[in-house]
Amino acid sequence: MSQMNMIQALNSALDVMMARDPNVVLMGEDVGYFGGVFRVTDGLQRKYGEHRVLDSPISEGGIVATAIGMSLNGLRPVAEIQFADYIYPAYDQIVSELARIRYRSGGDFHAPVTIRTPCGGGIRGGQTHSQSPEAVFAHVCGIKVVMPSNPYDAKGLLISAIEDDDPVIFFEPKRLYNGPFDGDPNKPATPWSSHPKGEVPEGYYRVPISSAEIVRPGTQLTIVTYGTMVHVCTAAAQALGVDAEIIDVRTIVPLDAETICESVRKTGRCVIAHEATRFAGFGAELSATIQEECFWHLEAPILRVTGWDTPYPHAFEWEYFPGQARVAAAIKATLEAS
Amino acid sequence: MSASARSRLHVPRTPARPGEAPDFSYLTISPAGAVPRPDTNAPLNETERLASEIVRVLDENHRAVGPWDPHLDPADLQLGLRYMVLTRLYDDRMLRAQRQGRITFYMKSTGEEAVSVAQCMALRPGDMLFPSYRNQAAYIVRGCSLVDLMCQLLSNSRDMCKGRQLPVMYHSRKANLFSISGNLATQFPQAVGWAMAAAYKNEDDIAATWLGDGSTAEADFHYALLFAQVYRAPVILNVVNNQWAISTFQAFASGEVRPFAARGPGYGIPGIRVDGNDFLAVYAVTQWAAERARKGVGPTLIEHVTYRASAHSTSDDPSRYRPKDEYERWPLGDPVERLKSHLMAIGEWSEEQHARLVKECEEQVTAAWREAVQYGTLTEGPRLDPATMFEDVFKELTPNLERQRRELAEELKQK
Repeated sequence: MSQMNMIQALNSALDVMMARDPNVVLMGEDVGYFGGVFRVTDGLQRKYGEHRVLDSPISEGGIVATAIGMSLNGLRPVAEIQFADYIYPAYDQIVSELARIRYRSGGDFHAPVTIRTPCGGGIRGGQTHSQSPEAVFAHVCGIKVVMPSNPYDAKGLLISAIEDDDPVIFFEPKRLYNGPFDGDPNKPATPWSSHPKGEVPEGYYRVPISSAEIVRPGTQLTIVTYGTMVHVCTAAAQALGVDAEIIDVRTIVPLDAETICESVRKTGRCVIAHEATRFAGFGAELSATIQEECFWHLEAPILRVTGWDTPYPHAFEWEYFPGQARVAAAIKATLEAS
Repeated sequence: MSASARSRLHVPRTPARPGEAPDFSYLTISPAGAVPRPDTNAPLNETERLASEIVRVLDENHRAVGPWDPHLDPADLQLGLRYMVLTRLYDDRMLRAQRQGRITFYMKSTGEEAVSVAQCMALRPGDMLFPSYRNQAAYIVRGCSLVDLMCQLLSNSRDMCKGRQLPVMYHSRKANLFSISGNLATQFPQAVGWAMAAAYKNEDDIAATWLGDGSTAEADFHYALLFAQVYRAPVILNVVNNQWAISTFQAFASGEVRPFAARGPGYGIPGIRVDGNDFLAVYAVTQWAAERARKGVGPTLIEHVTYRASAHSTSDDPSRYRPKDEYERWPLGDPVERLKSHLMAIGEWSEEQHARLVKECEEQVTAAWREAVQYGTLTEGPRLDPATMFEDVFKELTPNLERQRRELAEELKQK
């Protein structure tokens, strides 16, 4: 075990997989010599060579398309899209191609591509460096969608993603790279070394794709969340002195509905929280699933806490971000509903 | 690793990394005045030399030579110098503001000022510009006030973007400068569409657009060339080849074998490679391209060979990926110094005049900054109402957004 922040944990996952499997190759903008703008691939080109850690042209469509082609010829490419906000030029290759190659070929071809991309706000990135587009990809059949909330899960899930024979989009909440973030930008930053999930094994291990985690058991209500919001919700519930059961979804597709619904049947109350915009966000899918599965156990309407239905505004980052106040208001409303 | 040693995959070479001596041997520089200037009606095959050599006007003695000399009035040259000096000082001051925590982010254009200044001076005010994020001088030439630009950087109560955009993503409806995206290359084919509309409406305004060497890898670049040629759109397509896309050398956008200008002839468009640090040459090729566009002959692709003297942005540290002294060895020099030397060589400028100009520009920047911060910063002073963030998603607020606006007001009241 060693102390790692999320960047180091992801770097370690890539290193472990490159050492184990010569078919694992990395590609992306500035990932090679420079080691990535967030340093996730730092040192890997030096260690594995410039043929295996490829600096790509600035061409997200080209990166994903060639990653597909490489995977069809036996490699396991891990492509980095520098910011999730830049993924859209690759959208056709992801939606019409990557997601459907297995299906349209009757299972004769498959494309084991992993796409890593930093997402989320909280770094004053404005409308082009802050988005959380997980719902856009969750709506596409045939790609797995993952978003870890801590270094331990990040490493174990990335290893699972690379080994998965299906394509995976791996969202990395960039505000969590250096430490857990509880939604208060005025507090001094907390490092991962202060958090139990900053303890990460150095070698190979997997966190299975398709399992949610109960981060904190509780009785009064269930909070279903993922990414940065896991930490915001935990802090908000704690500040209110509420005995909340907090579930980190971790894998958006495929969804571990069982863990979530079992919890809601127990507590009878549910708040869903994500950073992305509300309308047709992934919270809507969660809410519908819970309603279908747990209706007779519910004692209050399911509430959603989200970003607003606007682009992410630079000057109003903290009015946009669903911070502790917005979470607390939803928790109170859920508990007060009779 | 043995696996990589065995690999036959070609990976472009980066000429020099930190700790190595700068190496510009990949760049063949044509002598000033050597490249012929074809007629603007010339067929494609008579323009093909322009795509491989480098159009240059200023020679080693700082004299204007050859067929591309635009014969500008000294007063225009002095104005160009003023714009470039002002841009450079503005950049320096705004970098300092970022380092002091007054603005969150900044991108300098140091070393590339001639591109925006000379081009905007060669175009007409009615011509529509679709800039990238390193064309700040375009706003200055087009008469936007420094205070307005600074208010955008500060995301304050007078910000033209109403606090929604990262710093440097300016626009000016009045000055015909389109909003900067932040995503790369998207403006390139949009400029072509604007130009198609101008042709459709039989108007003689043209469009011009810019992107970097790295961004030519985006599909949008290729859409632009395709549509521009198919419809002979009156547009000037500019690739600012400043050698570096963050840490990635231009060879990775495929400038390794043929220059970016050579993409043009492949699509049937004349491509011109120009010394981007030679104010006169940039002005002259822009004039040539603008005349072609306005006469209805068609689009032109211009590659400006220049060098990004500063970091990509304030989030970047170039000493990690390129030699520290690379810019000092850059063979095409500094655009400000070269125009200044030319003006002195023709007896139209002196060190005293230059010192006075620098002082005036410094004072202008300082006064503008003093005024701009009065309209607020991200942390102090007046601020836009957060409720404004729900406006302009659509022309009118949807019921959904109206409800969310009320929810936010409630949330802020309780804080």
